[in-house]
Amino acid sequence: MRLLVISVLLSIGMGTSFAAAPVEHNVVQVYDPYIELHTGPGRGYPVFYVVSRDEWVEIIVRQTDWFKVRSETGIEGWVARNEMLQTLSPDGKRIELKEASQEDFVDRRWEMGMLGGDFQGAYVITTYGGYHLTENISTEVSLSQVLGNLSSSVMLGFHLVEEPFPEWTVSPFFSLGTGLIETKAKSTLAVVKDRRNNFSHYSIGARMYLTKRFLVRIDYGNYVIFTTKDNNEEIREWKAGFAFFF
Amino acid sequence: MESGLRIFLLILCGMYNMLGFAANGTDSVPVPPVQSESLKSMIQQEPVIQPEIKRRQVTEAQIDTENFEIGLFAGLLSIEDFGSKPVYGARLTYHITEDIFFEGTLGFSKLGQTSQEVFSKTLNFSDRKYSYYTGALGYNLLPGQAYIGRNTTFNTALYVVAGIGSTKVAGETRFTAMYGSGYRVVLKDWLALHANVRDYVYSIDVTGKQKKANTIEISLGATYFF
Repeated sequence: MRLLVISVLLSIGMGTSFAAAPVEHNVVQVYDPYIELHTGPGRGYPVFYVVSRDEWVEIIVRQTDWFKVRSETGIEGWVARNEMLQTLSPDGKRIELKEASQEDFVDRRWEMGMLGGDFQGAYVITTYGGYHLTENISTEVSLSQVLGNLSSSVMLGFHLVEEPFPEWTVSPFFSLGTGLIETKAKSTLAVVKDRRNNFSHYSIGARMYLTKRFLVRIDYGNYVIFTTKDNNEEIREWKAGFAFFF
Repeated sequence: MESGLRIFLLILCGMYNMLGFAANGTDSVPVPPVQSESLKSMIQQEPVIQPEIKRRQVTEAQIDTENFEIGLFAGLLSIEDFGSKPVYGARLTYHITEDIFFEGTLGFSKLGQTSQEVFSKTLNFSDRKYSYYTGALGYNLLPGQAYIGRNTTFNTALYVVAGIGSTKVAGETRFTAMYGSGYRVVLKDWLALHANVRDYVYSIDVTGKQKKANTIEISLGATYFF
């Protein structure tokens, strides 16, 4: 009996969800003499259809800077962003489709990237995520893997980054950080022991805005690893890579 | 008694669902919009979409974007010195522009036996796991189309990738450079098939001498756009 009630309730739930599903179409009207429909989301795909002025198209999906639309006659194709800008919303206004620009680069909030380089003779691979508190100051969390001939390490770092001239195309930055490094000796060698230490870190570097949401970054830094020995280890590191921002 | 009630309720919920579907069906039946006379004559069939009467604004945020791709792949890995073994893994791709994308990959395999192990039995690796990760940039080199049969067309792209990562082989973790090429066939807006050939280059000394190893992977995979 309980099963029955559940099944009835479920079917009613399903019924209402089907019946009440709102059909919200993003329709726009062509304002240019015509817009071109490509077969795929890229300039390399051929134009196979045009939609002329005053006709309506429905926007189905967006991939990078291309919009898949459906014409009144039911034909589907891909339209470039700069052509979509020449269409009007049902309220008669042009639709606004922002392109990521250098301005957005200055105002960016989130940033993610990957860098590779040299860590005192060993290879280093770093992925990082950053959050910008202001235009000039950001915080970063980084995860690195150091791959040497005698050992390999994993590093987790927290950094505070100051960027004095964010509006420059090549924008320098200074970074201060701290973190944890865990080193594992190569299995065939007994010389190096497994260990876990704290480190502090500073670096200077620069970001260069390339295009859209894309930037390149280089970094030169110095690590001080706090060991139980009399002297702390000092390690120099440089790395380069790319990142994108949101 | 109870079985009678059960049948009655089932019929009731069946009817309810049918009504629900029917109501939904009538919603989607297109109604011809008000068009100019010349346009009406041009378009004989009923339009598939119609402008909304409500004057609402279309904003960027309302448009569904699909710049990410996630998927699984499986294939064959020819591990230098360790024979060929099946490989499987997962890949996440972010399309930055129509040309450039970033991808992160995780892959897993197993080591076969080296010839040293087979013939002289002087070597024996207890850890036979093989795994890797890479981060890479890709470029859609040759976009195009594939025609299957008379009425079916798929968008395709031949792309190249290059990146760095790390490989764990027989307990040793090695820095790895990767380069390769792939072919993407987009079946649906949300589904693509991939064929890939990739070379992983790392330096290793597990078989005695330090040397550069090339491990070649061929794989097939499917991805979901979101």
